Amino acid sequence: MVKLTIDNQVIEVPEETTVLDAARKLGIKIPTLCYNPHLKPYGGCRMCVVERTQENSTRPPDLIVSCAYPAENGAIILTGSERVLKARKFVAELLLAKCPDSKEINELAESYGVSRNDKSDVVGYYLLNRAVSVNSTKCVLCGLCTRVCAELVGMSAVSFSGRGSKRKIKTPFDRISKTCIGCGACAYLCPTKAIRIEQAEE
Amino acid sequence: MKTENQIEIASIEELRNEILSKRKPDQPEIVVAGGTCGFASGALEIIDALKSELKKHNLEEEVSLKVTGCHGFCAIEPAIVINPGNIFYGGLLEKDIPEIVSETIMNGKIVERLLYVDQSTDEKILHEEDIPFYKKQTRRLLANNSRIDPLNIEDYIAIGGYSALEKALEIGPDSVIDIIKASGLRGRGGAGFPTGTKWEMTRKAQGEEKFIVCNADEGDPGAFMDRSLLEGTPHSVIEGMIIGGFTIGSNIGYIYVRKEYPLAIEHLHRALEKAHEYGFLGEDILGTGFSFDIEIVRGAGAFICGEETNLLKSIEGAIVEARTRPPFPVNKGLWESPTALNNVKTLSSIPLVIGNGAEWYSNIGTNTSKGTIIFALVGKINNSGLIEVPMGITLREIIYDIGGGIPKGKKFKAVQTGGPSGGCLPEAMLDMPVDFESLTKAGTIMGSGGMIVMDENTCMVEIARYFLTFTQDESCGKCTPCREGTKHMLDILTRITKGEGHEDDLTVLENMGNLIIDVSLCALGKTAPKPALSTMRYFREEYEAHIKNKKCPAKVCKALIKYSIVADKCTGCHLCFRNCPTKAIVGEAKKAHDIIPEKCIKCGICFESCRFDAVRIE
Repeated sequence: MVKLTIDNQVIEVPEETTVLDAARKLGIKIPTLCYNPHLKPYGGCRMCVVERTQENSTRPPDLIVSCAYPAENGAIILTGSERVLKARKFVAELLLAKCPDSKEINELAESYGVSRNDKSDVVGYYLLNRAVSVNSTKCVLCGLCTRVCAELVGMSAVSFSGRGSKRKIKTPFDRISKTCIGCGACAYLCPTKAIRIEQAEE
Repeated sequence: MKTENQIEIASIEELRNEILSKRKPDQPEIVVAGGTCGFASGALEIIDALKSELKKHNLEEEVSLKVTGCHGFCAIEPAIVINPGNIFYGGLLEKDIPEIVSETIMNGKIVERLLYVDQSTDEKILHEEDIPFYKKQTRRLLANNSRIDPLNIEDYIAIGGYSALEKALEIGPDSVIDIIKASGLRGRGGAGFPTGTKWEMTRKAQGEEKFIVCNADEGDPGAFMDRSLLEGTPHSVIEGMIIGGFTIGSNIGYIYVRKEYPLAIEHLHRALEKAHEYGFLGEDILGTGFSFDIEIVRGAGAFICGEETNLLKSIEGAIVEARTRPPFPVNKGLWESPTALNNVKTLSSIPLVIGNGAEWYSNIGTNTSKGTIIFALVGKINNSGLIEVPMGITLREIIYDIGGGIPKGKKFKAVQTGGPSGGCLPEAMLDMPVDFESLTKAGTIMGSGGMIVMDENTCMVEIARYFLTFTQDESCGKCTPCREGTKHMLDILTRITKGEGHEDDLTVLENMGNLIIDVSLCALGKTAPKPALSTMRYFREEYEAHIKNKKCPAKVCKALIKYSIVADKCTGCHLCFRNCPTKAIVGEAKKAHDIIPEKCIKCGICFESCRFDAVRIE
């Protein structure tokens, strides 16, 4: 067992428990996008960041992803500090700039106080008003679809292609995937409903 | 299992004495500086010319010809050293060879015109080590590059090679860790983590199998330190890795090397073969019962694979994607097993540290950064090349004393350390000591050793845009801030260089850059904004000129400059007229010319070619 402090509450959890799970045991809410308890931790979306320091440590606190970071003895976690909220707001703004039409991302951004008209938030105001608009999409590249298909379904019918800002979710060669069994797990998990299931004609 | 042709060794010292006894120290010798850079500048032709000239004079048996790795001074290659006499000739052409053989080799006379001339004193210099470029250096790791034939293991053993391995096997892993810790050796890949501690952690980590991995995925543009070491002294890296394997309790090591380094890969392969033959690799190394082997894995050209979690994924054959740490590779690395990942330069330092002791290593350097550091000194600098200097040396000493200053009498503007994710430092920072902490404080990073010098004709906004283009392109795309954020930063910078900057742009860039550094997953995202942030910190007025006045002070950004011809100065020589690729220049011979702005693509050819300073950039 390891003992750590989250938002001034001490909790003891089994080793290898993530900070996210420990926080949720205490009833503390941490937002997630790319996390699913049945899949391996990914740490890509960065919505679940929290601040972490160690008892008696002289080092400045780190910003870590709670979904992938293990609970450690003597860790002191802050889930709602100014730095954490600023980071989450930034991630939400980046995603909203990418997916302006997604209802889910709009709601997420709103919950972090993102507003198109807030000029005091220079980065947010830029991203939502002046930034070069990329092709609007609903996909936030959280990778839940590719991971569920690989880890649980065992088919890898969809995957990432390209890197950096050219990254996309694709089927092999952009054709209907031959390994897709139509189970719908990807569409079910997609946090922004970017995947649709259609009934194919015989 | 012992292979058939394996050599029986009683002790390294005995072996070394045997090698030395066979050698003829008085035999004349010609040493050619090789390596990729040497070959590219014509060393292969020089070697062929030397061979045929020696043959012509029936000197093949009497004179030995040795091709070493890169000697470092790229600007004067191809170069050779002749012994006895330790005579250095640089900037050679094939046609110089007959004279060298007939005069220096056969008659012991010096060919004066081929000697290096000191630019500041006009003095001719006879010995390589007396050239100003080498004088302020402390060449510990790079020394072997000038001394040994990398393909001849006996050369390496003759200068003390593999003695450190023998010593390590004798004193045991704990003593090896103690020595490395006491030496203060820190990882040369960029982060500067103490090597002794890393090995101790890997040794203590739980796991049936352990690995040691050499990071030779040197991807920074303009950096070639690791390539040069792998080419010039592959056995140093191999010896360091065997010692590492023994220390952490591993039986297999991987060298992850860029596929763009074919010569380094070839030299590594041949060195590994030889190390097997001599029993330094394989089963029961030197009769100690310790078994270790090394495999080479070639990278496929992705910059991101230089980051440790990506590199390990790549060896596993998986899609490269940064992974959140912890667990750190020392606990869960390659195939979830404890893994020590070290840079080429770190591993090459190991035989020196073990062989000469901790005190010898730490007697140079600063309080927190010990030993020497290798830089690839490139850009707008007279003496470009590979340098090794003691930690704590100032940037000014590197750029002016070793580098010989800026070409064409131009003014120094900035120096960038740490590759595409490092920061740019201005003139005012040149007296700062070079060590891990000072560079970080100044807003850049040590990185793995790239050092790019820029002169007054460099636009700092364009530089920031260029490096961000690189890192943005090389981002794996897994985490939101690096994937999306760097793209937005790049968009803003591109706009500024086009003269479309907005008054809020600098505040946005600064805030966004700091957020990306804070929130990104791996070292790429955590450093990618640094070129932009550091240039905004030190060259803010240049950004403001672009945004407010729509001017590029360095006259680089095409959208903000205009070429015109000064009628009074133009002689009508027609040179620009003939060279202009878009026929944008009009005018009759011997009369002042003119540029048609609509046709001009601002390539600058007219400016470069005009001999009368008649082309003006506004």
